[in-house]
Amino acid sequence: MKIHEYQGKELFKKFGVTVLENQLARTPEEAADAYAKLGGKVAVVKSQIHAGGRGKGTFTENGDQHGVQLVKSAEEASQAAANMLGNHLVTIQTGPAGKKVNQVIVEAGCDIDRELYLGVVLDRASKLPVLMCSQEGGMDIEKVAHETPEKIFKENFDPAQGIESYQVRKLCKKLGIEGKTVRAADKFMKALCRVYVDLDCSLMEINPLVVTGDGDLVALDAKIEFDSNATFRHKDLEEYRDLTEEEPSEVRASDAGLSYVTLDGNIGCLVNGAGLAMSTMDIIKLHGGEPANFLDVGGGANAEQVTEAFRIILSDKNVKAVLVNIFGGIMKCTTIAEAIVVAAKSVGFTVPLVVRLEGTQVEEGRKILEESDVDLITATDLTDAAEKVVATLS
Amino acid sequence: MSILIDKNTKVICQGITGSVGEFHTKGCLEYGTKMVGGVTPGKGGQTVQGLPVFDTVDEAVAQTGADATMIFVPPAFAADAILEAIDSGIKVVIAVTEGIPVLDMVRVYEAAKASDSVLVGPNCPGVITADECKIGIMPGYIHQRGTVGIMSRSGTLTYEAVWQTSNLGLGQTTCVGLGGDPIVGTSFIDVLQMFQDDDETESILMMGEIGGTAEEEAAAYVKEHITKPVAAFIAGRTAPPGKRMGHAGAIISGGKGTAEEKIAALESAGIEVAQSPADMGAAMKRAIEKAK
Repeated sequence: MKIHEYQGKELFKKFGVTVLENQLARTPEEAADAYAKLGGKVAVVKSQIHAGGRGKGTFTENGDQHGVQLVKSAEEASQAAANMLGNHLVTIQTGPAGKKVNQVIVEAGCDIDRELYLGVVLDRASKLPVLMCSQEGGMDIEKVAHETPEKIFKENFDPAQGIESYQVRKLCKKLGIEGKTVRAADKFMKALCRVYVDLDCSLMEINPLVVTGDGDLVALDAKIEFDSNATFRHKDLEEYRDLTEEEPSEVRASDAGLSYVTLDGNIGCLVNGAGLAMSTMDIIKLHGGEPANFLDVGGGANAEQVTEAFRIILSDKNVKAVLVNIFGGIMKCTTIAEAIVVAAKSVGFTVPLVVRLEGTQVEEGRKILEESDVDLITATDLTDAAEKVVATLS
Repeated sequence: MSILIDKNTKVICQGITGSVGEFHTKGCLEYGTKMVGGVTPGKGGQTVQGLPVFDTVDEAVAQTGADATMIFVPPAFAADAILEAIDSGIKVVIAVTEGIPVLDMVRVYEAAKASDSVLVGPNCPGVITADECKIGIMPGYIHQRGTVGIMSRSGTLTYEAVWQTSNLGLGQTTCVGLGGDPIVGTSFIDVLQMFQDDDETESILMMGEIGGTAEEEAAAYVKEHITKPVAAFIAGRTAPPGKRMGHAGAIISGGKGTAEEKIAALESAGIEVAQSPADMGAAMKRAIEKAK
């Protein structure tokens, strides 16, 4: 689960990670008020969407406006908010349609000496969390990691202990941080690692992390993602979920316990198992088709969940054909066959349906389909299925 | 021979009193697995599928001599169940449970590494040695005893590969489902080593997917240490970056973990890479032919 910058900063504050004072605004008037409350000096108005690259991003409605703007008066704050609110911000992470800005923050300005980058993620190679930092703050960090990996410094840490002071000192040396800022870094980095562990984060990024003129450290940005497997022990974080940031069909699927990702093609896929679901997308593409989605119904799905899966796939107007590929393990082929019959009645298949069944109770499943009056095309194996579904489109 | 488990392996099921645990205990019994009991805290003394249920793994081991466990405990309690199995000295710990928080697995992985237990999974279909012992949720009938060792990060994709090798008459020795999570107990490299040392396994088929660098590491290991023919398939060529494709571990992040990178690494190690998921069995056959 992703959250907004202002929510991330709220959490940072609770854990003692230094952030600047800010106010949330949903209208230009609120933005003007927020500016006044902050003391009326230089402030920054920032679009709140679940994507990075906002400062360089522009709006589909007004291409000369950026997602983050510097303001020096209440009027400017109001104008900047008006430029953003209700419009769609396109950044390197949003895709061409952009994301609608429903809220902005107005944040106090600060005296910036240097901009750094800091992130915490799971290091899959060492099987430990890793704190990463770089002097290349404010830059596209993926590009830095790719082109000049030697400019990124890393320290693994044990979740139970957090990062040790000597590790912070090592990182400071490489970052060129000296004097009293080293002490600030010790407090800052330790608090940050605590946020990561205590809240079961899967990713945390501060870009940029600022060294102020006074030698303090401040998180100018806050990007946090939580491990969705751990939500059961963080019920209080549920209020941070912003459903308007998520694809409606993906929300619907997750409510039904299905794993679903929207894609750009026109062949809907219903598969059991993540690996097989990805492979089904791959083989469709290999035979000249384009998958409309990734959908893993999982092993334990019942007929109702599978029927809902069909509804979700068919609600996508781009879908011109559907491929069902099931290799039953826990999933019984009979469950799928029954769901196909129910879906045909309750939803109605207006596009061609190709079905490939194998595995647990395959004979019984095929029999259910044969005896039904559902109009479908049967396939014997993966290649056959892909060829047949692509052929229905030509 | 085979690896990890065989007809003499004595197996308990942790979470046997749950519907999923019981269903698959039954499936394993029907396959011929030597199931000897189960564990559910607070339900000791009950009987499930004719097997005694114990409160603790310690008791189960003392009473039954179990040396392997199959874990279906719900995600919130699964890390604890794995730690308990390791503490009781169970040799092969197979965690099927999906959805364990990754920071729990950081702790569990450390504990497993420091012990003599082999942890397989979590979020995996299990391990099967054809015609001898099935521990997990895979359909038994698709397997056929033969000479290919199979390992995979995905469940149903493994069934597909098994089915293809059975239909081609190659058959399998042992199939290991490694699991789809970012941290799993056993890696491709661990299993490669076991297959290399197993005299009945003549060739190795691996199924990887996008995310992480496990396949790249396996490729480097094959180049250095494996003399048997190896074939591979990577799922997720068409997966978009930044989206988690079902498995917690299957995500291209920061431009890393793409199928292209993995395929290039495998090919440069001399591994025969299947171009399509329908081509896995045939790729194995080509690798065997090439090695002759």
